Amino acid sequence: MSRYTSATDADRREMLDAIGVETIEDLFADIPAGVRLDRPLDIAAGLSEQDVYARMRRLASRNVSTEDEISFLGAGMYDHYVPALVDNLLSRSEFLTPYTPYQPEISQGSLQVMFEYQTAISEVTGLPVSNASVYEGPSAVAAAGYLARLHNKRGRFLVSRGLHPHALETLRTNAHGFGATVEELPLSDGVTDPDALAAAMGDDVAAVFLAQPNFLGAVEDLEALAPLARSTGALLIVAADPLTLGVLKPPGDFDVDICVGEGQTLGNRLDFGGPSFGFFAVQEHLVRKLPGRLVGETTDVDGRRGFVLTLQTREQHIRREKATSNICTAQALNALAGVIYLSWLGRHGITELAELMLQRTAYARAELAALEGVELLHEQPVVREFAVTLDASVDRVIERCAAEGVNPGYALGRDFDEHPDGLLVAITEQRSRADIDRLVSVLGAAVTAERTGVMA
Amino acid sequence: MSKTMNDNRLHGDPGIADTAGQDGRGLSLEMPKQRDRAVTIFEKSKAGRRAFVAPELDVDAQPLDDLIPARMRRTEPPRLPEISEPEINRHYKRLSTRNFDLDEGFYPLGSCTMKHNPKLHERIAALPGNARLHPAQAPERAQGALELMYELQVALGEVAGLPHVSLQPSAGSHGELAGVLLTRAYHEDRGDHRTKVLTPDTAHGTNPATVTMAGYEVVKVGTDPDGGVDLEDLRAKADDQVACLMLTNPSTLGLFDRNIEEIASIVHGVGATLYYDGANLNAVMGISRPGDMGFDIVHYNLHKTFTQPHGGGGPGAGPIAVSDRIEPYLPRPQVVQGDDGSFVLDYDRPKSIGRLRGFQGNYGVFVRSYAYILSLGGDGLREASETAVLNANYLLARLREAGVAEYLPVAYDRLCMHEFVLSGAPMKRELGLKTLDLAKRLLDFGFHPPTVYFPLLVDEALLVEPTETETKETLDAFADTIAEILREGEQDPEIARNAPYTTPVRRLDEAGAAKRPVLRQPL
Ligand SMILES: Cc1ncc(COP(=O)(O)O)c(C=O)c1O
Repeated sequence: MSRYTSATDADRREMLDAIGVETIEDLFADIPAGVRLDRPLDIAAGLSEQDVYARMRRLASRNVSTEDEISFLGAGMYDHYVPALVDNLLSRSEFLTPYTPYQPEISQGSLQVMFEYQTAISEVTGLPVSNASVYEGPSAVAAAGYLARLHNKRGRFLVSRGLHPHALETLRTNAHGFGATVEELPLSDGVTDPDALAAAMGDDVAAVFLAQPNFLGAVEDLEALAPLARSTGALLIVAADPLTLGVLKPPGDFDVDICVGEGQTLGNRLDFGGPSFGFFAVQEHLVRKLPGRLVGETTDVDGRRGFVLTLQTREQHIRREKATSNICTAQALNALAGVIYLSWLGRHGITELAELMLQRTAYARAELAALEGVELLHEQPVVREFAVTLDASVDRVIERCAAEGVNPGYALGRDFDEHPDGLLVAITEQRSRADIDRLVSVLGAAVTAERTGVMA
Repeated sequence: MSKTMNDNRLHGDPGIADTAGQDGRGLSLEMPKQRDRAVTIFEKSKAGRRAFVAPELDVDAQPLDDLIPARMRRTEPPRLPEISEPEINRHYKRLSTRNFDLDEGFYPLGSCTMKHNPKLHERIAALPGNARLHPAQAPERAQGALELMYELQVALGEVAGLPHVSLQPSAGSHGELAGVLLTRAYHEDRGDHRTKVLTPDTAHGTNPATVTMAGYEVVKVGTDPDGGVDLEDLRAKADDQVACLMLTNPSTLGLFDRNIEEIASIVHGVGATLYYDGANLNAVMGISRPGDMGFDIVHYNLHKTFTQPHGGGGPGAGPIAVSDRIEPYLPRPQVVQGDDGSFVLDYDRPKSIGRLRGFQGNYGVFVRSYAYILSLGGDGLREASETAVLNANYLLARLREAGVAEYLPVAYDRLCMHEFVLSGAPMKRELGLKTLDLAKRLLDFGFHPPTVYFPLLVDEALLVEPTETETKETLDAFADTIAEILREGEQDPEIARNAPYTTPVRRLDEAGAAKRPVLRQPL
């Protein structure tokens, strides 16, 4: 039941006659008998639109979303408010349905959006050049590693343990392919240990990877770490959380070579993890090794201002095996959400939002730390997320809280063997003081119950 | 009847008056409208304007210095626009009108499968249970999402004829990378260290680029006069250093390789894997399955075959399906069904290549593609492929007519699958019109041009893919327009050489853009 086709039986007959064959079957004559499917696909018969909707709505209703509970989950993706403006503009078919802008004369909308997006990312990160998007945060980190490998042909990556664990693992997956090794730099009191970094540096280091803030929420001292990381000709790659850069010094101020990150927080919904976008910004000297699409300004034959995909000799469709990346389709629509959102926040709004998170996070951190059986995992400065340790089973505490309609955060033990008792708590602008107070009371009760052996 | 230029919503060019219009060739043109000058949102910024109003600060404010030392804080805010919501809205609405899109008209962009994007899918994807589901939510509280992913895996596996699916890769090229890394893991696990990957000269650029990223050397395989893989060349190059052959079937020439069984046996004979670039899967759903052809690894482009809107360059998703021998190496985590019927994320995969990205993949894309499969069912998928192939062959038949075929002959004179390649070489020779000129002139008639200059093998190539969702009337209009442009070119090739005339901008100086790159708005 292919309701999205339009050929009538009469059309079919006319078309087959024009082609000069009897049946549709004849069109597939090239397919050898041995590789034909001699039965129908084992996929249930098609449904009406309303039945598909009902089935999908039922599935969706079995998920507990951030509208169904008070959620403090973060760990890389965050429940920020997405303005209605974003939904409205993204639903325009002119943005939603075109392909990559291969014909610039009829794609000025998408191309100018990318140019504006590149400008916005450049401003937020403090680096001069941004590409038009990569897939998402962790793969952006891996792509940065590949760039470093192309750039200095060295084979060692030093990676802070504060990098998002998914980014670390993605980097490992990729590095194994292109022949680089990954060594972890330990954290000390929640931040990257500068002595460990200094000791590990050498002129075989291709790149050093840091996160700002790191996975435990801590603000890294880039002022101290950057000169060490760049001391032997290695590239410094910082994975940054863009909204925190409303209050934190941008990576560009520390001369980092590449700043990448997860763009979900910029106007993109959670979507159970994607699609979002990854951003990728570099210093001028690396422009010709950038992965992916890049838009530049130019003029048309009448002298009118216009925008085109540019420096394409980096890309797979031109350079093939010598390309600086294989990326083709990226995340244009999600990057559009990003630049609409950043315009909506505006020059001062991004700082106001970051400062609001900072204040509420400080409040939540202090309130939680005051609970019996809860301690701070580190005391470093934080912006929107912080880590605590519980004197109780984290998983069981999470279950108890869930029963009360509160999702208290992310169990660090999922990724960090050294923190089996760790809980990562994120406070976006959507969590009010009342929400935080509720977290404090529910979590406090859950920890107490666990410690005193009360049955759940 | 072809669309006239005036049907084109993007029209309105003063430039047309001083080029085509003036020489009185009777092009019916309205009075040109003034084009907007491109102004970026940064240039519309005015100090003091804003859209965002922060929620109330409901906790006691502490001095910033107590929270983050001043030396770590930003001193200058980023120079984002200062602009009101009405102005942002109008800015991007206007920008949108400077795009051509699939909902506007025919988009026969070869290899891209620009089929209708069902509107239901947007409604479903926006349900809070999908859109506002946190990716780290406990599996017990995300059962609907995991079931959806599981069912999608099963359905995709059935279409490919391969039982094990990972949804994780983010696009086609990401699926390719996953596939070549899986190949590497498979060989290495057997203590077999190979160095080369074969790709045909018709391959998409992402194939060789992927091979390099995965640490292998690319070895090109030729194409035989029939448009298939050159078996002699393949036999000569297939040795025990070859890890994999990456193949698109039907190929980027729109041709099904009749020797696929022989190809599979040569490749497997040297112990290599066979990789299926699924960009062209839209030709064969329910008709022939890559797994049955002998492929070990397949990627799908959900943003092509399975209706995820392309978004002007993404998002997409590039799931992979693999055979039993590759299964142990699939990325982590995998969505699996437990004994009690519930769905879990399985991380316990000791031989896995690891992650390729964060969390579980582009779930929002999975929602749309799963809704599509539910809507069509197995028979509907087959009918979609049959109609795609019918439409392509019909359009090809129309373009084989006199007046067109002598300028734009089909590159390989066979029945095609869901797309076909024409060569503009005779047009260039006889009329002095390049494929690029024809493409640009099509813009004036309200059509998106086919893919041009790909595959590289065909001189002045045009790769045409109509898809199953277009009507016969649309295909006729397109064929008529091609004929009309060629007639016009016989009389005065200058018209197409200077096209387009009706678009928001005309031909752009791409060389200049690359020579002096301006990659952001100067502020
Ligand atoms: C034949 C072929 N292979 C691979 C790709 C890459 O797919 P994606 O753009 O999803 O990365 C494309 C995309 O155009 C293609 O046409």
